[in-house]
Amino acid sequence: MDATIPLTKKDTLFLIMIKKIEPLFKLNNAGVHQAGRWLVRGVSFSLEPGEIVTLIGPNGSGKSTTAKMALGIIKPNEGQVNRSLDLRVAYVPQKLSVDWTLPLTVRRFMNLTGHIRESEASEAMVATGVSHLAAAEVRTLSGGEFQRVMLARAIARKPDLLVLDEPVQGVDFSGEIILYDLIKRIRDELGCGILLISHDLHVVMATTDRVICLNGHVCCSGTPTAVTSTPEYKALFGARAASSLAVYEHHHDHTHLSGGRVQHGDGSITDHCHPSDGHHHPENPQDGEGKPDA
Amino acid sequence: MLDDFIIRAIIAGIGVALVAGPLGCFIVWRRLAYFGDTLSHAALLGVALAFLFEVNITLAVFSVSACISVALLLLQKRAALSADALLGLLSHSALALGLVVLAFITWVRMDLMGLLFGDILAVSKADIAIIWLGGSLVLAVLAVIWRPLFAATVNRELAEAEGMNPERANIIFMLLMAAVIAIAMKVVGVLLITAMLIIPVAAARRFASGPEGMALFAAGIGAVSVVSGLFGSLEWDTPAGPSIVVAALGLFVLSLLPRFWKNSAKEIVSDQLVSKVQKEPGHE
Repeated sequence: MDATIPLTKKDTLFLIMIKKIEPLFKLNNAGVHQAGRWLVRGVSFSLEPGEIVTLIGPNGSGKSTTAKMALGIIKPNEGQVNRSLDLRVAYVPQKLSVDWTLPLTVRRFMNLTGHIRESEASEAMVATGVSHLAAAEVRTLSGGEFQRVMLARAIARKPDLLVLDEPVQGVDFSGEIILYDLIKRIRDELGCGILLISHDLHVVMATTDRVICLNGHVCCSGTPTAVTSTPEYKALFGARAASSLAVYEHHHDHTHLSGGRVQHGDGSITDHCHPSDGHHHPENPQDGEGKPDA
Repeated sequence: MLDDFIIRAIIAGIGVALVAGPLGCFIVWRRLAYFGDTLSHAALLGVALAFLFEVNITLAVFSVSACISVALLLLQKRAALSADALLGLLSHSALALGLVVLAFITWVRMDLMGLLFGDILAVSKADIAIIWLGGSLVLAVLAVIWRPLFAATVNRELAEAEGMNPERANIIFMLLMAAVIAIAMKVVGVLLITAMLIIPVAAARRFASGPEGMALFAAGIGAVSVVSGLFGSLEWDTPAGPSIVVAALGLFVLSLLPRFWKNSAKEIVSDQLVSKVQKEPGHE
């Protein structure tokens, strides 16, 4: 598990400070219109080097679309996306299926978009727990194994910008925590900016600096850092199974009406929803401790 | 040495096989078999136009195939038709146009059979030069775009996100395909070009553990098909082009055999497991 990267924490911080001159990318009121409807609209945020931003939201809320705008895969139909030039990007897409006619070993897959040195490849595979699969054909892997391989490939690229779309889907629960720890460590070691997509705020919370809640637009954004290292958080973690549903519903107790207006749980209607509405962040009925600050 | 027609045929055929193998891999990986058919139908139109305007046949076939490729790219972006419907539209329109144009050319005696099934025994030294020079160029360009093209084959969005410019690689690949159709037409004919692109690749799949290895295997199997097909054609007095394809088919069947004879039961079981996993919905 030990990654040997010859940078001290001081060096990294210094590098982060140098790089911090400009954000890796900046979305300004960006929106995507496809087949007669807005997939996502009015998204503004930026990602700076050394920062982990998590997009959360229900299915179809525009998380992946937003990430693809940031990556330059989808051009916004309104607003702007500014990306810093010559970014070294690593992307773990939500879905990737390899045609069975394609002979592709895990090791060759690591080299997909650029040559990766043997030492770096094996280091990354050890870190994600797939070093025994280097010679295996990609199409024979299980879903969770393939996610780990994709993560290893992304890490081994040593990117400036790392975009992870549901990176731990299909990974067993204990593996999830290890992988999120790893993602955080990658940020610490490389000083790269990470855009993370998840539908599960609880597990991501320990990792992320800033959460952006999407539901066709930016509902709210906040910093859940205060809770990450507290014992209460760990208690919450244990109660995850019981509480996750409540938290999830709690996030979207408002309905989006035409023209961007919002109808709240109590029936009131406002033009937008605000973080101060108080229903955006978990206020857990089963487990009152370890609340994230709004 | 080149004065012997069978030697010329072997050299020309091997030249085509060496190019068709690596390009055919991408045809198979990207499930573009029907695209190969479309381009070869367009080749007939190219030949007709070459006679009509008295230009070089290879050049005319390349130009028409390239136009069809670009038309496909443009239509895919605009029209609300699926890719296979578009390919069918382009393929048969080009074929029909070609036959109509041929009917206008009354002053040239057309060897339609030669067009459809190739005339490898009649290749000239100039043909060989075109095949080997054009083929080397195609392989050189393919080597340059190999990484982005392969990355885009695995996942276009991933390739795009990581700066591989898949769009450009795709366009270049389509032009390379047009070039291969143009140089391979003389050897196996319009109807059987797709076979040269696909069957050696299908036979190579079994032996390859990586994409590059599969391309090399496909080229080698294609070359063996050419040689054995030509000798079979001499021996039994069968048409040369189809005999080459039959030889390739034979090699493909041979490639299937070890699955039942040599391999342990373990591999068969794991293959079944894989296909079972792939059938399960939601597994990806």
